[in-house]
Order: sequence, then structure tokens, then C-alpha cells
Amino acid sequence: MSLASPDLAGRQLPDRLKTPLQRFLVSWELLLLGVAVAVFVLNSFASPYFLDPWNLSDATFNFTEKAMIAFAMALLIISGEIDLSVASILALASTAMGFAVQLGADTPVLVLTGLAVGLACGAFNGLLVTGFGLPSIVVTIGTMSLFRGISYIVLGDKAYTGYPSDFAFFGQGYVWWVISFEFVLFALLAVVFAVLLHRTNFGRAVYVIGNNPVGALFSGIRVPNVKFALFLLTGLMSGVAAICLTSRLGATRPSIAFGWELEVVTMVVLGGVSILGGSGTIPGVVIAAFVMGMVTFGFGLLNVPGIVMSIFIGLLLIAVIALPRIARRLLAGRKD
Amino acid sequence: MVMLAKGIEDASPQSGEGSAPVLSLTGISKSFPGVKALSGVALDLYPGQVTALVGENGAGKSTIVKILTGIYQPDDGQIRINGEPMSFPTAQDAGSAGVTAIHQETVLFDDLSVAENIFIGHAPKTRFGLIDRKEMTRKAKALLERIGAQIDPGVPLRDLGIANKHLVAIARALSIDARIVIMDEPTASLSHKEIEETYELVERLKADGKAILFISHKFDEIFRIADRYTVFRDGEMVGAGKIAEVGERELVKLMVGRSVDQVFPKRTPQLGEEVLKVVGYAHPTEFEDIGFTLRAGEILGFYGLVGAGRSEFMQALFGITKPSKGAIRIDGKVAVTRTPNEAIGHGIVYVPEDRGKQGVIKGLPIFQNVSLPSLKQTSRNGFLRLAEEFTLARDYTQRLDLRAAALDQDIGELSGGNQQKVVIAKWLATKPRVIILDEPTKGIDIGSKAAVHEFMAELAAGGLAVIMVSSEIPEILGMSDRVIVMREGRIAAEYEGADLTPEHLVRAAAGITEVRT
Repeated sequence: MSLASPDLAGRQLPDRLKTPLQRFLVSWELLLLGVAVAVFVLNSFASPYFLDPWNLSDATFNFTEKAMIAFAMALLIISGEIDLSVASILALASTAMGFAVQLGADTPVLVLTGLAVGLACGAFNGLLVTGFGLPSIVVTIGTMSLFRGISYIVLGDKAYTGYPSDFAFFGQGYVWWVISFEFVLFALLAVVFAVLLHRTNFGRAVYVIGNNPVGALFSGIRVPNVKFALFLLTGLMSGVAAICLTSRLGATRPSIAFGWELEVVTMVVLGGVSILGGSGTIPGVVIAAFVMGMVTFGFGLLNVPGIVMSIFIGLLLIAVIALPRIARRLLAGRKD
Repeated sequence: MVMLAKGIEDASPQSGEGSAPVLSLTGISKSFPGVKALSGVALDLYPGQVTALVGENGAGKSTIVKILTGIYQPDDGQIRINGEPMSFPTAQDAGSAGVTAIHQETVLFDDLSVAENIFIGHAPKTRFGLIDRKEMTRKAKALLERIGAQIDPGVPLRDLGIANKHLVAIARALSIDARIVIMDEPTASLSHKEIEETYELVERLKADGKAILFISHKFDEIFRIADRYTVFRDGEMVGAGKIAEVGERELVKLMVGRSVDQVFPKRTPQLGEEVLKVVGYAHPTEFEDIGFTLRAGEILGFYGLVGAGRSEFMQALFGITKPSKGAIRIDGKVAVTRTPNEAIGHGIVYVPEDRGKQGVIKGLPIFQNVSLPSLKQTSRNGFLRLAEEFTLARDYTQRLDLRAAALDQDIGELSGGNQQKVVIAKWLATKPRVIILDEPTKGIDIGSKAAVHEFMAELAAGGLAVIMVSSEIPEILGMSDRVIVMREGRIAAEYEGADLTPEHLVRAAAGITEVRT
């Protein structure tokens, strides 16, 4: 055998052991797709009204806004960080828009206000995490209280209303027949984020950092810059969601989107993103969004009270995190 | 618990000569996706004897350790302890069967005290079920004294050096009354004196009647302390017997399946232009006033004791840590390397010593590890082009003779030697000017070692400027054209040609300046 000098060098390695199709056949995404189909079928049996196109269209509002935040959150969690302040950013952005309305702002100014507040909050989180090296879970639990607290101070028990009529389009408008503007935006963002995560150098850096942040640094990746960008992006998407939700409700209360951070994280984890970082896909999150939206809608059709829904979300979160481990333990036990 | 504690105090040396094996593995097989790690291997451990397990990286040594400690489950085969069939579904089961492992990077808790580390999981309890600290400290002290360790059981583990941490791990092994002790390259990162102490300790454990599995890449120590040997090659057991009845050459031959002498590639260095010039590099705590020049085609060795500041200096060159003073010139032009990204841009790359943490990205496939620092070249406008990445990875992994199933295999599944090849491949793909190799062959087998050395020679011949940090004198002497010795953060000496002798290196590293006659 040669001592492997580069000239004498050895075999050329094959590119892949398994084809992408083979990988898909054993993927979490396929399993989730099965669940989505099952929920769909169950819903259509549970209520005769479910299959009505307008009802289905209404059902999408249960997940579109949360999913927009979940896309950015997926990238953040894959990189090994988390942002629990997203719902509070949404509330603060909505409050800022309501405040702007009182000053006579028109729709373009309102949109800019929502996006700017989202970005500013994301920058604040990102700065604390990357600039001072603080753990993101602590920082964003803090800003979760901080951002919503500001909304409560500004609004008290009042509500901002009086949004311009053309502002209503973002949350209530339809692009064609039953296809809402929100749904189109959701689909568009899904594609943008899928491309960003799976087809760009930036997306690759996100995976690398999530798997080994020290190794990423030693490989020339600007780890703090990437993380800061992810917090900015998450803040921005919370701003986008704030515009859609405020427009749909037509009013801002400080309790707007209360508790959404957990639903967003649940959606991301259900979509197959590892809570420890390093793995997950956008298609998975998209399917998870449909599953959660349809389950919520199904419960609504069956007149299940809201509190049961929140119990369900809690159980789902625990189950999704525990399932892969239980499965692994069972597999290991069987081999023994 | 009480019984265990009693066991410690009156553990009497058992007679270990020629008795039956305490642990016996037969027909053990284990497969991973695309790799057969072990096929039908056998291993016997005898009480009061040291069995050396030798084999190249990837031969299956770590896999057998993980099976013995309950981390992996074998697909097939039998584990017997004192003749009784056993299975270790969890690490706890292995522990209670009397198997304990002392790893290369010892798994202990930095923030707990020495006594707590020794007794974690089986601390002596008071009547109320609380931990009896007094008793625990007393017992820890007794155990440490028994192994000849002068360590205060009350200090936090963080404050101990690596050798003392090993002693704590051994005290822990004694405290749970382990019958089988696995030592996985225990001397890999120790100084000469610490290594001697480790050997003494092994003797003590032997005298106590423990069966010891000793994994090492160092032949001198295998012949010094082992009684028996077992050789693995490519997942198979290819030989076993008594050390007294085997020679070094024979053992190496068994290991690699061919004769390999520890030879270094012959080189006639063709020195080119000056590539790198470092002036007055300093760091507040780690190093001071480091300056040297490096020419194309040259291999510059950095020798010194562990902690002499070599790695810290190299990491400052690569932009990981910030120097407080100093300047670099590349091809005569001032280069600033505040981040690794800037260093890579100037053509300086660094193969780190801590391969697992700093070198490879486990969880990602081989091809993505190779293309990582070259993404700017393989992508277009920030968008990935997988075909380009695969081409790059195919090319460089072939040049380094990488052994793997496919390029999309998780790099974490490869052996240490093959992981190192991927790390070198990823940096070569960036077409660097200066490559810094920090302990490039640490913990890798003879076959891969020779491949890495051969490759370094090729790189230098191709006009690359090479810096090699190494603590192995044969490697430093065999590979370097010139050697800088560092001591306590400063350059202690520089040797080349006829002055480049082991005596000079050792003296300069230890700070012995005068030859007394």
C-alpha cells in the first residue's frame, strides 16, 4: 500500500451514499406531511363546513402571521440562539403604528414605522447577545417584558383604532378569489427563506454556527455578524407580522399577540428544527404551520374552548421535543 | 454503598498470574451507516495485567471502548465478566459491573471540588440522607494518598493541571471499586515527568489486581508497561499475545499490515522568497516579542513544552486572539489579521490542535467541511453551487487519500486521522501562502502520520511556507528545516543544520543554558 503521497493518491470518493429521494423517504418532513393530510381528512369529517373554500381561506389566517415570524425564528434556532421577545416586538411595533395614526400618519408611513420598530428591537437583542456575549434566552426573556411593558405604559387599558381604510388591505385584502394577501405574502416569504437557508452562503453559515460555533470562527466565518443579522431578521419579520395582524384586527391593544412566542417556537420545533441548533429545514416549518393552523381551525369548528387549545400547544411542544429521543431509546433497546 | 466503601479500604492485591480473564469479549461486531467498525473481534483482560490495545486510527479501538462503557451496543457478540454473560445497555450498567474509563479528555466537572468529583453518584450519606462532607473529604484524602497524589480534596477541579485531573479520575475509579480500568491514551498531553507518574500509577493499579486496558500510540510506553497486547486492524482482531514474546517491528507490521519504519520523507528544501515576516508580536499574558521570517518552501518547526505559548501565538497570527503589539508582513507588504477571515484573505491558514472543537464541523458532511473556507470561490453572488463544492471536495480528498464511504457522510463518523485529512484539505483548497499546522499528528495512527508528513513535504516542495508546532522531538527533527524553541512565551533559541539536535531542543525548552562539566 502506498503511503498516500498526493501524486500516488487514492480513490475518488462517490458524492452521495443516498439520493435526495432516499433521504426524503426517511425524513421528518414526510412524516409531518402525513400528519397534515390526516388532520385535513379528520377536519373534513368533523365538520361539513370545513371543505368550503372560504372556510379554508379563513383557516390560513390561523398560521400565516405566526409562520412569517417562525421562518426567521427557524434560522435563529438552527444557529443555536433563540428570540422569545418576538410577540412583544410585535406588540411594540403595533403600538408605534397606532401612535403614528394619532399623529395623522398615512399607510406608507405606518408600514415603515412597523418595520423600523421591528428592526430596532431586533438590533437591540442582537447587540446584547453578540456585543456583550450574553445568552440569548436570558436577553430575550428580559426584552419580552421590556417591549410589551412599553406598550402597556403607552396604552394602559385603552386601544388605538382609526387606522386608514387602505391599511386594512394587508390583513383583510384578497389578491384573487379566496387567496388572501397574507397567504400570498406567507408563500412568498416561505420561498425567500427556503432559498436563503438552503441555497446561499449565509444559510450555510447558519448551519455551521449551529453545529460548532468555535469551529465556525476557526474557519473564517464572522460568527457575531451572522448572529446579529439573524436577530435583525427576526425583528423585521415580527414587524411584518405586526403590520398584518394590526391591519386584520383594525386595532391595537397592549395584549396583542400575547403568548405567540411559544406558538412560534412550537411551530419551528414541530417543523423538525432541533432545539439544540444545527439542523432543520424551511419546508418542515411550512408544513408545521399548516398542521398547527388546521388543528386550531378544527378545534374552532368543534367549539373547543381556547384554554384547551393552549394545553394542546403545550403538550405538542413537549411531545415534539421528546419524540425523537424516545424513538432513539426504543431503537437502541431493540438492538440490545 | 457501605459495602463498596469497605471494599476500598481492604482491597487486597489478588494474585494475577496466569489466571482466567476477568473480562472476555468474543465475536463483537458493530456497524455504522456505510462503515463496518468492528467485525467479530475478541479481547481478553486479565486481573493484575496491562493489556495494550494497538491499532491505527479507524481500526475500531474507540468503538470497543464505547461498547465496554455502555455507550454503544454491539450488533453481535458476547461480553463476559468472570465467565458470566453481561450486557451494558447504559453507562451506569457498565459502571456497576466494575468497568471504568479514563479518557484522553477526562470527563470530570470543573466547578466541583476534587472530593465531589471522586464521589459523584455514590457520596457517603449522613443519617438524614444528606451528603456527609466530612466523611467524603476523609475518604477522598485516603484514596488520593493511596495513589500517591498530593492533591487537596477541597480545591475545585478547575485549579488542577491535566495530569492531576487524571489522578482524580483514577481515584474515582478506585472509589467505585472498578475491576476493569480502561485508559485511553492517558499520556497524550502530559509532560515527561507527568508521564512517569502515570506509569507508576499503572503499576499500583496492577498491584491492586485491576485488569487494565491501555490504549496508546506510543510504542516505547507499550513495551514499558504492558504485559499483553491485542492488535486491531480495520475492525478486525489480527493478533494478541504476551508483550515479552513480540518485537516492535512485528507489532507495527501487525498494525498496519505492512512494514513501516518511522521514517520521514527525504527532502531537499528549495527555499524561495521571504513570504512571512513577524516583528515584535506580543500578548498581555501569553507571549512576548516574537519575531522571525519564513521563506517559501521552508518548514519551520516550533518546539517547546506544553504551555510555552506556541498555540496562543499561532492563534494570534490567525486572528483568533488579538496581539497587543507587533506587525506581520506578507510578501513584504504589511498585513493585518484581526479576524480569521482577514488572515485567510492574506493566505495564512491554521490547522488547529483541538481537531474536534476547532477543526471539523461535526454534524455536517465531508464536502461541506472541505468547501467551508472556499465558499466565496464555489458560490456565485452568494448563492451556493453544490456541483462546484463536490468537485472541490472530490479533488482535495483524493489528493489526501481520504478513507470514507462518500462525500456526504457526516465528518463526525470518520476516524481522527481521516478528520485531520479533511481539515488539511479544506485549507489547501483556499490556496494559502502560509500553512500553520498545530500538532498535526497528535493522536493519529502511524499510517496517517506518515501520510501527513509526506504531504507536508509535498506542500513545501510546491512552494508553500509551512509552520509546524510539535511537541514530538522525532517529528520536529525529521520534518523541520529550522526550529524555533519557545519557552514561557518567548523565543528561547533557534537552530538549524548541525545545531539541530535533540539535546539542544530539550535544553532550550527547559531553560538550561550552560553545559556544566
